[in-house]
Amino acid sequence: MNTVRQLDRVVIRFAGDSGDGMQLTGDRFTAETAKLGNDLSTLPNYPAEIRAPAGTLPGVSSFQIHFADTDILTPGDHPEVLIAMNPAALKANLRDLKSGGTIVVNTDEFTKRNLTKVGYEANPLEDGSLDDFQVHQVALASLTIGALAEFEVSKKDAERSKNMFALGLVSWMYSRPIEATEEFLRGKFKAKPLIAEANIAALKAGWNYGDTTEAFAVRFEIPPAKLSAGTYRNITGNTALAWGITAAGVASGLPVFLGAYPITPASDILHELSKHKRFGVTTVQAEDEIAAVGAALGASWGGALGVTTSSGPGIALKSETISLAVSLELPLLVVDVQRAGPSTGLPTKTEQADLVMAMFGRHGEAPIAILAPQSPSDCFGIMLEAARIALAYRTPVMVLSDGYIANGAEPWKLPELADLPDISVPFATETNGVDAKGEPVFLPYLRDPETLARPWAVPGTPGLQHRIGGIEKADKTGDISYDPANHDFMVRTRAAKIAGVDVPDLEVDDPVGDADVLVLGWGSTWGPIGAAVRGLRDKGVPIARAHLRYLNPMPKNTAEVLARYDRVVVPEMNLGQLALLLRGNFPGTNVVGYNQVRGLPFTSNELQDALEEVIKNG
Amino acid sequence: MADVKLDAPKLKAKDFKSTQEVRWCPGCGDYAILAAVQSFLPELGLEREKIAFVSGIGCSSRFPYYLNTYGIHSIHGRAPAIATGLAVSRPDLSVWVVTGDGDALSIGGNHLIHALRRNVNLKILLFNNRIYGLTKGQYSPTSGAGTLTKSSPMGSVDSPFNPLSLALGSEATFVARTLDSDRAHLQEVLRAAAEHEGSAFVEIYQNCPIFNDGAFEVLKNPETRDESIIRLQDGEPIRFGGADGDKVVVQSGYGLQVRDAAEVDEADVVVHKADVDDPAYAFALSRLSGVALDHTPIGVFRNVKRPTYDKGVRSQVDEAAAGVDRTEALDRLLHSGDTWTVL
Repeated sequence: MNTVRQLDRVVIRFAGDSGDGMQLTGDRFTAETAKLGNDLSTLPNYPAEIRAPAGTLPGVSSFQIHFADTDILTPGDHPEVLIAMNPAALKANLRDLKSGGTIVVNTDEFTKRNLTKVGYEANPLEDGSLDDFQVHQVALASLTIGALAEFEVSKKDAERSKNMFALGLVSWMYSRPIEATEEFLRGKFKAKPLIAEANIAALKAGWNYGDTTEAFAVRFEIPPAKLSAGTYRNITGNTALAWGITAAGVASGLPVFLGAYPITPASDILHELSKHKRFGVTTVQAEDEIAAVGAALGASWGGALGVTTSSGPGIALKSETISLAVSLELPLLVVDVQRAGPSTGLPTKTEQADLVMAMFGRHGEAPIAILAPQSPSDCFGIMLEAARIALAYRTPVMVLSDGYIANGAEPWKLPELADLPDISVPFATETNGVDAKGEPVFLPYLRDPETLARPWAVPGTPGLQHRIGGIEKADKTGDISYDPANHDFMVRTRAAKIAGVDVPDLEVDDPVGDADVLVLGWGSTWGPIGAAVRGLRDKGVPIARAHLRYLNPMPKNTAEVLARYDRVVVPEMNLGQLALLLRGNFPGTNVVGYNQVRGLPFTSNELQDALEEVIKNG
Repeated sequence: MADVKLDAPKLKAKDFKSTQEVRWCPGCGDYAILAAVQSFLPELGLEREKIAFVSGIGCSSRFPYYLNTYGIHSIHGRAPAIATGLAVSRPDLSVWVVTGDGDALSIGGNHLIHALRRNVNLKILLFNNRIYGLTKGQYSPTSGAGTLTKSSPMGSVDSPFNPLSLALGSEATFVARTLDSDRAHLQEVLRAAAEHEGSAFVEIYQNCPIFNDGAFEVLKNPETRDESIIRLQDGEPIRFGGADGDKVVVQSGYGLQVRDAAEVDEADVVVHKADVDDPAYAFALSRLSGVALDHTPIGVFRNVKRPTYDKGVRSQVDEAAAGVDRTEALDRLLHSGDTWTVL
């Protein structure tokens, strides 16, 4: 009889060869956990190569999940449980595991050859090097093959189901229901019912193995979190972003046109949107990044909501066209799912080093609005906001997501669609001026006095034929103008338009009001910063925090907020790009950078230590 | 332009003139092309607002400013990409691209070949003057090897593109060539291009009087033109060389060859057919002339039917979106898959 013990939280990492199906295993465990009502956060970590040589360290793929009975902010710094499908997975992940943690290891792969491949001179399962951990040695592959003996599947196919055996076992260990996964497998292998049933049998065999063998004395339960009432789903950043774009089409009443070229880690947005044609979403997989943004801009000119999605290298290629969009003053959404650079860098790893490119990475004075989601589910709302600004101000808007947000997942309380904002804008249909002879004319650069937006007259509108282009335009008429004073006026007007974009105030979380130090982040550092701040407050250390979702323009109260604190700590996964902007825009601020570029999100522990250091040594 | 209604309002050439002052160099071939296009556009039978001209960068790309239609003067080489976005999302418009040899074949080569491959419903007018004019006279991807320019003082060492061969290699469904100075022929080709459903690629030989004057003189000079120009007429044997047509085109090896008519059996003279499915025929035609322009076919080389990209994309969207209440569908999307409710 097993003992059942209650836990408030746990961090589990599934690790194996990139062909072992660890991402799928993690996804299913996540779905089971979400269904149970735990709060959760996940972090996949996989190699750039689709199939690196089997059994090698570069080929290790992993998926980490943190779940709890309270609300949580990060996928967890250090796993307490590691499922290692081979020696490479053990070796690559052991250093992250908490001392005393649990290891479930697939002994079938611990052959001399596989050990040598990753540089183990002795078998770590036998040499005592794992004595600090609780190790469960399970012959996952042979047990799976044995469990599927009566199925008419090849040995290879049977062996491939070992990830489902592992999922069943871990699901049993942490009291997760597996029925939804059975349904999922039936759907996934609809065309191959035998494979579906074999996988389900492996899943159940894993569960039963935990239940019947005496190897596992303790079983754990993590009660549901007390989340606010509502309907929830689990969602990744890329999916939320694609759904946000879809929702922006609904909220604006415009057809969405996505021009995109495949690039990691943004391609899933293209994949997702190409499934949503029923919303009037058109997706064009263009010949290159430049064509992708060009087609989106052409569609915007024609009255669609033009969108392009990419990552840093692709955004660099789009730069000239984004500048054209600044000059044409047409709506355009540009999504940069940042990854570690420069150049190809670490394409599957995260970074926040495109902020300065987003601000200034164009020729001429070419200001655009810039927004950044702070978590996977925030991507939905941020795209609605980006579309609101792009449409109301006829401007390109750049959204800076990153690899951590894109692939990470968290529960999302579904919004009431009755609350979907109306972000529609009218097209111009009438002339708006008179020429020298008093005849009515259309002035394509006559601006709305409040927003400074120009009229959006789409081709096909009778009587409003006009020409626009990259050459500087005369104020109001839009005719070609080389006049120095006009150029000066137009440059300043375009800058004033972006500076005047209406964005909500920066909210400060300073519960006691006695903090001297403010920690100010942007983008995906929101979770780790939040966890670190919680940790400090639990210890009685006062700290204030704020997070910028709007990076250009920044909220109007930013200067006033910064002035309230002695020091402003800015943690970034770059070498200090927001810090640079703050020092330039708010010169009196004492900005302290905390920077890492390891391709991985901050751990909340190290962030907490760093913040405490600043507070103490102030 | 199958989706465009052709119930003709009676417009005139002057209705297509914009208020902008035309600023090409005196004597530029672009003037003749502009006049020809302005007087041709009423034939489309479309209201002016239903026509959109998209250009890139270069002398030719100033074209949209001078037409009273919708127009966009974009960035170097990207006009086919921008026009693709417009054409896909707006089936009610007649979309034209105006480009040059540098714009289309050098910096924008990738967009051109992919627009042609996809067969987007665009009419692409490539003004080929074999030189960079706006940047003041560097050799272009259609300049012959050995061209002396500021950037090639000892002669360019590049081999040029044959624009029609390139277009045909890109799976273009409509390929034609004409001359800036021959208004009747130019308009005849424009007419055929406008009637074609899909990408229509038209190379227009255009004289640059400043940096490459006389580049096409051999096709214009009364003393040489009859010997040099092969006027392609659909369904007609290919004859040229003066009033009696003393030269003919025959098959030769894997391609085509110019021969004296007197030496050839009448039955062996190639009869031109633009709708031949195999692009090898049009390709062979495109190879009859090189940089030297000795035997230069003009007219419609190829005109075949193939489904268009923009229609294909739209029909998928239309099929999926038919009868869908988007707000309700969005609600269903958000609630799809595994969800749970906290009370």
